[in-house]
Amino acid sequence: MNDLSQGLAEAIYRVATLDPELVDITLRSLQVTVTAVVIAAAIALPLGAWLAVTRFWARRYVIAVLNALMGLPPVVVGLIVYVMLSRSGPFGVLGLLFTPTAMIIAQVIIVTPLIASVAHQALRDLWSEYHDLLISLNTTKRQRIATLLWDGRRALLTACLAGFGRAIGEVGAIMIVGGNIDNVTRVLTTAIALETGKGNFSLALGLGFVLITLAIILNLLIHSLSRTERSNLW
Amino acid sequence: MVASIFPLRIAGACVKRRGVQLIGPINLDLGSQGLTIVLGPNGSGKTSLLRLMHGLERPASGTINWACPDNEARSHQAYVFQTPTMMRRSVTDSISYALIVMGVARPTAREKAKEYATRVGLGHLLDCPAGVLSGGEKQKLAMARALIRQPQVLFLDEPCANLDGRATKEIEVILNDVRQQGTRIVMATHDLGQAKRLADDLLFMLNGCVREQGAAESFFADPQTAEAKAFLNGQIVE
Ligand SMILES: Nc1ncnc2c1ncn2[C@@H]1O[C@H](COP(=O)(O)OP(=O)(O)OP(=O)(O)O)[C@@H](O)[C@H]1O
Ligand SMILES: [Mg+2]
Repeated sequence: MNDLSQGLAEAIYRVATLDPELVDITLRSLQVTVTAVVIAAAIALPLGAWLAVTRFWARRYVIAVLNALMGLPPVVVGLIVYVMLSRSGPFGVLGLLFTPTAMIIAQVIIVTPLIASVAHQALRDLWSEYHDLLISLNTTKRQRIATLLWDGRRALLTACLAGFGRAIGEVGAIMIVGGNIDNVTRVLTTAIALETGKGNFSLALGLGFVLITLAIILNLLIHSLSRTERSNLW
Repeated sequence: MVASIFPLRIAGACVKRRGVQLIGPINLDLGSQGLTIVLGPNGSGKTSLLRLMHGLERPASGTINWACPDNEARSHQAYVFQTPTMMRRSVTDSISYALIVMGVARPTAREKAKEYATRVGLGHLLDCPAGVLSGGEKQKLAMARALIRQPQVLFLDEPCANLDGRATKEIEVILNDVRQQGTRIVMATHDLGQAKRLADDLLFMLNGCVREQGAAESFFADPQTAEAKAFLNGQIVE
């Protein structure tokens, strides 16, 4: 109990004084996750929109696969990326294992199906609303996709934030492909795991605070976005 | 000068949904002049007929042909839906969208959009989100969005259903204008008064079929079928 309260006090002190180690790890976490989400969004949003406006025989299967991929265990993704990037693997020559790039790759794989699936659901509804109008205006498929992406931007932002939430809290894959190297690939989640293991509760708790705070800010953002969507019809 | 998409020829066309026949068989020719009113009770197939003409419904049997390929023909048509779709955009952006997708540059399109918005009486709501407009304002927006494309043919599905007397009159003035400029108009309505004021030709629909068609004057003066007579007298038509 004493351990815990002492750890808490120290954690608060570290957060309040912007402890360099803490700041460093937090920034790296944000850098990796934001990059991964941006890349994932660039793939997933057009894919979701394309799936919403296109009818083809395999569509249902593609969507089913997407939904299945959403439940992919991150540890397994980490393992596969590890095998691919390890020296004897197909992409071994790139020397990417144990770099932030490897972590970004793993996160992109984990988050893309999630964003694509959520985006597809939102845009499918929007498409059923816009369908007749956009057909009547003789739009091309490109224009339809662009229109859905723009007019559905709030829902899509929510999808991206959900992806961000999943990525920033992820440990397993990142630990495997990043290696949790100090000053290189150590991020919030892997640092918490490490410090806890070492019995260094104050730093672990401080990192935990930061992570929770990020998660709360995120949820507030999602909440306010979905509320303005409903009240303004925009 | 753009080539004319007329005439439209519909021969024996039926529209089906999940095996149920909505309308047909329809046999109809549409020339390039005038204003045709489609009359008929609820559920008689007015909307389905307009959608068929516009290419939103494919005939399950029979044929429908414009004088040019379907895709080209559609680019010279505009349609105002019975329940207009509002995009998640401002009034100006909703209207200019119809031009931008035709390849018009954004600044030009926005200028024109403001002009057309003002013309239908939405000049004071240019920056308002389209979704919060009233029912009548939405119909006016849909009207501007259709007119701005300067179509050869304009399909209107009860465009004045939510409009008050003054707005209806304003829209009728606009419709007379565009008709004079050579735009073909096909319009479904319940409003007999409006039909009498505007119609050159008339189509009377019942149970998914065209029961009577011809010049408006003779239809109103002397309807040929008992159902049309009853409809004009305000009786319930079976
Ligand atoms: N998607 C659909 N699926 C099944 N039935 C439909 C569908 N659309 C229309 N119908 C049916 O087809 C018939 C004709 O409908 P339509 O909308 O063309 O009538 P309308 O003359 O426009 O009626 P209103 O005056 O109420 O607008 C109706 O009985 C309607 O229930
Ligand atoms: Mg109708």
